[in-house]
Amino acid sequence: MSPREQWIAFFTIVVKEVKRFTRIWPQTLLPPAITIALYFIIFGTLIGTRIGSMSGFPYIEFVVPGLIMMSVITNSYGNVVSSFFGAKFQRSIEEVLVSPVPSHVLLFGYMIGGVIRGLAVGSIVTCMSLFFTDLHVHNVTVTIAIVFFTSVLFSLTGFINAMYANSFDDISIIPVFVLTPLTYLGGVFYSIEMLPKFWQGISMSNPILYMVNTFRYGFLGITDVNINWAFFMVISFCIILFFYSLYLLDHGKRLRT
Amino acid sequence: MKNSCLTIKNLFKEYDSGLLALKDIDIEVKQGDFFALLGPNGAGKSTILGIISSLVKKTSGNVTVFGMNIDKDFPVIKKNIGVVPQEFNFNQFEKVFDIISTQGGYFGIPRKLSEERAEKYLKLLGLWDKRDQTPRMLSGGMKRRLMIARALIHEPKLLILDEPTAGVDIELRRSMWKFLKEINEKGTTIILTTHYLEEAEYLCRNVAIIDRGQIIQNTSTSDLLRQLNAESFIFDAYENLSELPSIKGYKGRIINDNSFEVEVEKNKSLNTLFTKLTAQGIEISSMRNKTNRLEELFVSLVKPHEKKIEEDAE
Repeated sequence: MSPREQWIAFFTIVVKEVKRFTRIWPQTLLPPAITIALYFIIFGTLIGTRIGSMSGFPYIEFVVPGLIMMSVITNSYGNVVSSFFGAKFQRSIEEVLVSPVPSHVLLFGYMIGGVIRGLAVGSIVTCMSLFFTDLHVHNVTVTIAIVFFTSVLFSLTGFINAMYANSFDDISIIPVFVLTPLTYLGGVFYSIEMLPKFWQGISMSNPILYMVNTFRYGFLGITDVNINWAFFMVISFCIILFFYSLYLLDHGKRLRT
Repeated sequence: MKNSCLTIKNLFKEYDSGLLALKDIDIEVKQGDFFALLGPNGAGKSTILGIISSLVKKTSGNVTVFGMNIDKDFPVIKKNIGVVPQEFNFNQFEKVFDIISTQGGYFGIPRKLSEERAEKYLKLLGLWDKRDQTPRMLSGGMKRRLMIARALIHEPKLLILDEPTAGVDIELRRSMWKFLKEINEKGTTIILTTHYLEEAEYLCRNVAIIDRGQIIQNTSTSDLLRQLNAESFIFDAYENLSELPSIKGYKGRIINDNSFEVEVEKNKSLNTLFTKLTAQGIEISSMRNKTNRLEELFVSLVKPHEKKIEEDAE
């Protein structure tokens, strides 16, 4: 395919993905907005006022960046895993497989679809948070960069999960047993300074801690981790997962018999 | 001499389960041909089509399409192939029009042109009224036509159809045949698999019969039919018949009061038979073939092959 044809194919996949999640917005855009609003009400307004300040900020301000990042992670992941596995399950993925679309274009298309949904939900949650607190952005570049790369990383993770999945059970295992615990223990609701030394050390092995803290740094200017190291790690994971996904596609893992 | 459209040489396919689905397949299809792959269920027809369309990975052998090898030039080859699979494989929640125009996008066709072609093929296949519906709301025949429209959006030079008229009523089947004949006459090479042998006889110039992963016959449809030694006809008489008329030299049997069946061997004429019947005062109101001729031949070819394999296995 010529570069122009590849661009058309890429754009087609992205438009298809965006149409998909906007068509079913009561399942894709509304639930995270309601869930996060409940978090804001309970942890921010009701319980948060009794907790007081966290790392020098009112609890609601401390928790907002983590909650935005949590919604970006789950939605980027959820979009790609459900869309790609759905295409495998219905066999509509064969529409792309019989076409000349190169593997990297297919992967980019699904990945950007996941990123757009992640950022769309992140934007909705950010707008909702303005009803509960004022948001100040300490560093725009860091904020935008980390949310983008995190979204890319979890879109790719969702893609790999979908490639290996054989049933709908297989696409719910990772979000329930891996993503949710790592996110909740990734410093969304607390600073790891509050933990004993041993648990601080354990927490440092949680990659989501780096993403949440870097994002929080972008808003509030505070962090429990080294920002440069966090970027290095997230971008490295993105590159590794991208090439691994490409490898799976090129070898037709569970797509071709 | 027409150029080759598809050349398959020494093709083997062994699935992970250990099933040897294809054993040393050789096939050649010329450009502009209308070619049928016939065979019983599980013979390997869909596996061959799957390999040509990249959905199945071959174990060994060579496959070239328009002179290009699938091991090296699959992206270019795919631009020239349209695939109509056996099973419906749409996104069930997408609109009919979007399914077709999106497929154009996968082939790098600009949006405007893709939408124009989607309109053209949906109209040609009688689906334009259904453009805003989802596949779930379509009948089986409409879904089959939708798959054909989708396969034609990039106007391929080779169209592959895996049992395109399975489960389609007779009227619709005839209209699909007419449509396929028309696009073949315009230059598109067509390869199809089918269970309806009448379909292959009506549409295809060349036929390969495959059984248990092996080609057991590969020739023109007319040559294949010439191999028939005898044909059975059913005659309907005006008068009641109490027994089979005297037709010495022909095998026959009475079916009911008005009808009887006669087997006419290749070296015997129907004129002689009619003369004998006329001499006995029997007037014939109508006659027809007992079964599809190709069907008879198919059974006569496949049965001995299956028997031989079973004997070899023992």
